[in-house]
Amino acid sequence: MSMLIINELHASIEEREILKGISLTVNPGEVHAIMGPNGSGKSTLASVLAGRETYEVTSGSVAFDGKDLLDMAPEERAREGMFLAFQYPVEIPGVSTTNFLKTAVNEKRKAVGLAPLDAVQFMKMMKEKMSLVQIDQTLLSRSLNEGFSGGEKKRNEIFQMAMLEPRLGILDETDSGLDIDALRLVANGVNKLRNKDNAFVVITHYQRLLEYIVPDFVHVMYNGRLVKSGGKELALELEDKGYDWIKEEAHEMA
Amino acid sequence: MSDQQKILEEVTGSEYKFGFTTDVEMEVAPAGLTEDTIRFISAKKEEPAYFLEWRLKAFRHWKKMTEPHWGYFKYDPIDYQVQSYYAAPKQMPKKASMDEVDPEVRKTFEKLGISLQEQKRLSGVAVDAVFDSVSVGTTFQKQLRDVGVIFCSMSEAIREHPDLIQKYLGSVVPYSDNFFAALNSAVFSDGSFAYVPKGVHCPMELSTYFRMNAQNTGQFERTLIIADEGAYVSYLEGCTAPMRDKNQLHAAVVELIALDRGEVKYSTVQNWFPGDKDGKGGVFNFVTKRGLCAGHHSRISWTQVETGSAITWKYPSVILKGDHSHGEFYSVAVTNNHQQADTGTKMQHLGKNCKSRIVAKTISAGKSNSSYRGLVRVAKNADNARNYTQCDSLLVGDKCGAHTFPYIEVKNKSAQVEHEATTSKIGEDQIFYCNQRGIGTEEAVSLIVNGYCREVLNQLPMEFAVEAQKLLSVSLEGSVG
Repeated sequence: MSMLIINELHASIEEREILKGISLTVNPGEVHAIMGPNGSGKSTLASVLAGRETYEVTSGSVAFDGKDLLDMAPEERAREGMFLAFQYPVEIPGVSTTNFLKTAVNEKRKAVGLAPLDAVQFMKMMKEKMSLVQIDQTLLSRSLNEGFSGGEKKRNEIFQMAMLEPRLGILDETDSGLDIDALRLVANGVNKLRNKDNAFVVITHYQRLLEYIVPDFVHVMYNGRLVKSGGKELALELEDKGYDWIKEEAHEMA
Repeated sequence: MSDQQKILEEVTGSEYKFGFTTDVEMEVAPAGLTEDTIRFISAKKEEPAYFLEWRLKAFRHWKKMTEPHWGYFKYDPIDYQVQSYYAAPKQMPKKASMDEVDPEVRKTFEKLGISLQEQKRLSGVAVDAVFDSVSVGTTFQKQLRDVGVIFCSMSEAIREHPDLIQKYLGSVVPYSDNFFAALNSAVFSDGSFAYVPKGVHCPMELSTYFRMNAQNTGQFERTLIIADEGAYVSYLEGCTAPMRDKNQLHAAVVELIALDRGEVKYSTVQNWFPGDKDGKGGVFNFVTKRGLCAGHHSRISWTQVETGSAITWKYPSVILKGDHSHGEFYSVAVTNNHQQADTGTKMQHLGKNCKSRIVAKTISAGKSNSSYRGLVRVAKNADNARNYTQCDSLLVGDKCGAHTFPYIEVKNKSAQVEHEATTSKIGEDQIFYCNQRGIGTEEAVSLIVNGYCREVLNQLPMEFAVEAQKLLSVSLEGSVG
């Protein structure tokens, strides 16, 4: 069964339509890349899937593991196994990443009827996942994202993803603002998390990230629509030719 | 209405959790306040003559004073003649052990989650429980007495330790200090007294749990804590009051004294009935708390977590008289529904090379108003005074208010006084971020608020920090950006 089925999804913000009919199917074990120029609606799609209230879904449907995703509150979507790695992770002063994640992990466990992890079990889990993304204990003891560098924030997002073990991970421009070393660390983390049961949607402006996280499918988004889909070669083609030819094609079609 | 708003309304409209009353026979003084009332109280408490005289002086002074109304809140003038000024459970003669305490009274304490049983010994907390006006049981007295610490009810101290009482009571807050201090001096019924002798580090946290129970009785407790030279004591005050229709007046006085190299830490967790969600009922909390760093290198620190009371008027202060003394004030004040709080501190620098630090965090929700009012005063001879003040306000929803009134008076050029203030709202982005990790909105607000208060909560002894954290969550669990 497909994990995620997006069907003719339309969404707008303050009466302005941003998503103009998106359809996409993601199966377990797949990695999909969504590329496109700035302002094409990539991040909006991520926000709508995660359930941000500022966007209004005007029509279309999204099924996640057979359930109506749009009917669920953001926290329910998360507990069902959807994870969004934020483009701009939020700071929460006075709350350490450790404390934050302990709450998140246990809320998720509670939702499926499991007992909360005690401190020892939780620390053991932390230690395992920390090595995956090579994140430092001291960073996890600091207030969440407060004073973190761009690279630290993104690595922290991937670490959280490792801890929460989602079925579907959505990476919203996780590569933006990263130098090559940080990019490699983040990508390695994601690659280690990949397996036949989970799936990833990687949103990016540049092909660069896709050298490290190799996608099964590449989709190009322009003006609120997925205008072209293909294999990983499509990313290279975009890198060579830029987005202008896509725009021209799209206009010709319209 | 958005979901977040709904949750906010639900939570901020939630009923007070500790609203139960205990059915015990009470001995209550007739309503009204005259010299006869004071003689009645004094006689009931078998006080020595010197003390009755002091009370009467306070009363005569009080009659000449007028009720202050300069705070940033509103209330109707209080009719002092309709209140009763003394309430004590009957069948009360002194108990030899805890087992003799009225089972109903003990049940009340159990509902509040404090146990006067022997298990308490394990957690190392000595509790002097005040049930309405009379101390019903004091634990750990013996262990404390072995190291020379006196920890008992104020009534007992007045009878047993007249020398200390005459020397220190009213020395930091004289009865003439203000309207409510004068009223308290005249009619207070009980409270706690602690004296830690020279060089003794008090082996356990001292604690009192106050609870108002009888209807229409004001509670006027009186606390005096003294750390002699080189002594250390940490004192915890926790409060809950059951639900009442009429406003209950609470006018306490707390005095702290630290002699040379002495240190007093005073922590409060206060969740008195704040009134219902329409602003009906609730406790008026008009309190005078002041510490005197009398000796050199002495330290006094106030930590408070305030979530209750309809009106709070309270400025725990430190007079830095001894050279090289330290004063600290850490505060979290939460207001919700129609609560009003005007609270803060005063740091009076008199000695040389003294330091003070103020960290005040207010959280306003519902239609409440919260004000920080703080004074930092540096006297002419107070060389090298240092003060750091940080005032943060967090707004929850858009119908509440937060206000800051800092007063700074510096008469010495060597002083360094810093003041930082911030106002923020719980952001929708923060809530959404938590939601996306599977954390529901209520839990998210609780997490964010506790993070915001962490610096203050860290000052509390461990188990009280946990209790305070729970209280914060109960007080405001939902929020909007």
